[in-house]
Amino acid sequence: MSLIEKYPQEIKTILAKYPPEQKRSAVMPLLYLAQREGGYTSLEAMKEIGAMLDISVTDVASIVGFYTLFHDKKTGKYHMQVCTDLSCSLRGADQFLETLCEKLQVDVGETTDDGLITIEEVKCLAACDKAPMFQVQGEDGIEYHENMTIDKTMELIDSLRKADKEVKK
Amino acid sequence: MTHFLLRHRDIADIHKLEVFRKNGGFTAFQNAVKEMKPVEITEIVKASGLRGRGGAGFPTGLKWSFMDQKNWPHYVVANADESEPGTFKDREIMESNPFQFLEGVAICSYAVSAKDAYIYLRGEFWQLAGFLDEKIKELEEAGLLGDNLFGTEYCLRIHTHLGAGAYICGEETALLESMEGKRGQPRLRPPFPPSYGLYGKPTVVNNVETLTNVPFIISKGADWYKSLGTEDSTGVKVFSLSGRVKKPGNYELPFGTTFRKLIYEEGGGIIDDRPVKAIMAAGASSCVIKVDDTVLDTPMDYASCRMIGADLGSASVIVIDDTVSIEKVISKTVDFFKHESCGKCTPCREGNYWMLHIIQRMEAGEDVDANTELLSSVAKQMQNKCLCALGEFATMAVVSGIENFPEDFSTESIGGGHE
Repeated sequence: MSLIEKYPQEIKTILAKYPPEQKRSAVMPLLYLAQREGGYTSLEAMKEIGAMLDISVTDVASIVGFYTLFHDKKTGKYHMQVCTDLSCSLRGADQFLETLCEKLQVDVGETTDDGLITIEEVKCLAACDKAPMFQVQGEDGIEYHENMTIDKTMELIDSLRKADKEVKK
Repeated sequence: MTHFLLRHRDIADIHKLEVFRKNGGFTAFQNAVKEMKPVEITEIVKASGLRGRGGAGFPTGLKWSFMDQKNWPHYVVANADESEPGTFKDREIMESNPFQFLEGVAICSYAVSAKDAYIYLRGEFWQLAGFLDEKIKELEEAGLLGDNLFGTEYCLRIHTHLGAGAYICGEETALLESMEGKRGQPRLRPPFPPSYGLYGKPTVVNNVETLTNVPFIISKGADWYKSLGTEDSTGVKVFSLSGRVKKPGNYELPFGTTFRKLIYEEGGGIIDDRPVKAIMAAGASSCVIKVDDTVLDTPMDYASCRMIGADLGSASVIVIDDTVSIEKVISKTVDFFKHESCGKCTPCREGNYWMLHIIQRMEAGEDVDANTELLSSVAKQMQNKCLCALGEFATMAVVSGIENFPEDFSTESIGGGHE
């Protein structure tokens, strides 16, 4: 199903934000829309966005490649993105990430066996006073989790797993 | 002290429109549109001495006065791409005192006769963008944004626009490229955005905190504003304090407050009461300053910070204690800039790549002395050669860190840092 069939209203709202002769500006919001289901942008969606905005599919792909929140491959349903930048690392973020990976038996960049969670190490998320912290990028947006401990994180993961099982039922 | 920016700390529920209006909200904007000419607003902001809070400290009113009056339409873009490691002030302002920020955007738009304003938020501020969309809708419903405002001909719409995870988009011309639907890579300047900005039209790009100052300046006047802070740096500032302090967080203080007061009185001192070893005054893009009494007693304003070899920038103070090796600090900052370099200009793209590799070699124990010298040399060769400030920023911690803390760059010390 094409994007225009799936999200006619959303696309209209996005395009209305920019001058009609500058619709290329809508490429990033449209890519977020394309990622809403499945967590990544397919080639089909990129082609459709290119056609919608009168730009080439290469231009669309260059945007996907440049920005870290756009993905062109299927990964875990949730990207758990831990900040290990300077301020967070001064408050134990590196140790936190290492322990988390041990608990989940994955390396940074890998996805848990159930395909649910991909652990990523990211740069500053503007929450330097509340480390350790991470964001969870899922299908319906991004959520911040601050002042975290390993126990609190494992509880969160359990709840994501439970919610996922409910959906699958 | 009364807060002028972080007003939510004094007034409960100021994020609700009726509470904000009960406390004087949107009267400055209404008076401006009904009673004042756009140029008068710009003159007041100029006279207030307000300087940009995003890092560069450029005089705000002067920037507004540069708008090309022969090229239309004009645009205002609020820079909410806050991504500097150590900086987390704009997020708190927008989350907790959103209407004052939006009123600042509105007043700025009127001052430069812009009918459309955009807020460029980093992609990670996804929830915040949705929250601001709701607030903008409330303002439209209350007749404070939209067509024919307050019975005049002036019309204004504010839109949010999400980035997608690129530090470089905080650089104003990269931000504009990104908004135009391209990769966020800086443009060659000049021309500057007030003559050639969004879609090639005159554009003011201002930081969130800068704009949040504007409503009070218009309602209380330039002289009142100048009575706060110092002669060189007027008004108040939100200092983001992070690192090895007991109480990290945002602290709104007048310019000219000392580092000592910020770290020890506001921040509660150092974890485990250890000695402070170094500070970075403007996040990861700043020099690593060796701390002594002179540094601690330095007033935090643009001019005084320069006297100790620091730049106040966005006032994101990262505190480092004696458990932390400076080698580890620059290994973090270089890793950051290597990741965030946009790849457009060679000195930054290649320089950061090589700096990271040299650091990794040192950490693997390969000839630390020779590699330290090489690292410092690469950093110095990048200086003054990059297209935008990012490349320059990347070298600050490297050069100053090696110069001020040579003892942290020896075979014995590497590997023994804070873990």
